[in-house]
Amino acid sequence: MNLLTSWLFDPANWSGSTGVPARLVEHLWYTALALVIAVVIGFPLGAMVGHTKRGGFVLVGAANVLRALPTVGVLTLVVLLAGIGLIPPIAALTLLAIPPIMAGAYAGIGAVEPVVVDAARGVGMTEREILFQVEIPNAMPLIFGGVRSAALQVVATATIAAYVGLGGFGRYVFDGLALHDYPQMAGGAILVAVLAVLVELVLTGVQRLVVSPGLRPVRTSGGIQR
Amino acid sequence: MTWVFDHLGLLGDLTVTHVYLSVLPVVIGLIIAIPLGWAASRWRPARAILLTVSGLLYTIPSLALIVILPALISTKTLDPVNVIITLTVYTIALLVRSIADALSSVPPTIVAAATAIGYRPLKRFVGVEFPLAIPVVVAGLRVAMVSNISLVSVGALIGIAGYGQLFTNGFQLQFVTEIVTGIVATLVLALIADLVLQLIGRLVTPWTRVGR
Repeated sequence: MNLLTSWLFDPANWSGSTGVPARLVEHLWYTALALVIAVVIGFPLGAMVGHTKRGGFVLVGAANVLRALPTVGVLTLVVLLAGIGLIPPIAALTLLAIPPIMAGAYAGIGAVEPVVVDAARGVGMTEREILFQVEIPNAMPLIFGGVRSAALQVVATATIAAYVGLGGFGRYVFDGLALHDYPQMAGGAILVAVLAVLVELVLTGVQRLVVSPGLRPVRTSGGIQR
Repeated sequence: MTWVFDHLGLLGDLTVTHVYLSVLPVVIGLIIAIPLGWAASRWRPARAILLTVSGLLYTIPSLALIVILPALISTKTLDPVNVIITLTVYTIALLVRSIADALSSVPPTIVAAATAIGYRPLKRFVGVEFPLAIPVVVAGLRVAMVSNISLVSVGALIGIAGYGQLFTNGFQLQFVTEIVTGIVATLVLALIADLVLQLIGRLVTPWTRVGR
């Protein structure tokens, strides 16, 4: 067990510009940046297709191809094309985050009961009002589910930013590997794992806040929940 | 393209390694997940424990687990076994939930009818309940397969063989062709694996296409 903890619990590694707090800020910064860009691109696309019910086939196909795209391949390719910097890891992480966000918005909004949408149209709501006041709130569980799954994947994968010279917890993994310093490598890996679990817990809490209480899943007797 | 044709031998070797590292965990994971999913669908406490543990395991990043495993089970740092165990754990974590849900959603009337015509529990599971759960299991396997194929490439960053080596090598040599070849090869492999799984899913559930 000492192999796993000797580096991690050494106070020397917890301060300064290469210390754990500084690396944590970097790691979260890459994660947040990639997620925000992915939401800005993926959410409107998914929402539009879900609302108009047109282009679903193309959207699902595109999401599947993006999902299969190897993140490390994108990362190294963008470095060769655009040079070292923030762009390659953010591009790779954004492409990783778009499919779940887009699919969540599309599936969520597409699955809102047609009677609910018709009723909204019947009482005179405009298409815009229907989307923002009826479809998006009703689709929130699936929309947020997509964002949550994207966030988890990005937090886990932001580790690779360090491979192309940036910071984040991946720094410890790749520096440890290069220096044959296993405790440092393992320390970095444990930090990423703990961060992923914490992000998941926080997002589960946030989900409770943003999803209307009327939409909480009802537990049926062992069946699949909707 | 010339580079590709000059390196078909290398690409062949990497393909074999990549397929082996991504497919084997799916097979082992499925074999382990079936009894676990069955237990989770039968007993409420088992369901609570198994789903919580698999949720937690699924949250832990694969790269992190590949790095931590050697200290936990005393393997070598670059041993492919670490990748296989890690991806097997993910496959199990993913499948236990879908198998449990699929088994729970088999209509009780069907189970009762099978019992009434003389199926014993084990035979009923193999002959009636599990086959009805196959479409859901195949959906879970497709997700596991695609994510395993892309995760094996990530392993290249810490020295694991597979298509990921085309990325790390191309990166070090500043050679775009090699990286693009790796990306295309990964996409094609993911597509083929997905089609094969869909085909198997169709072949083993002929009843889903009868009487429509």
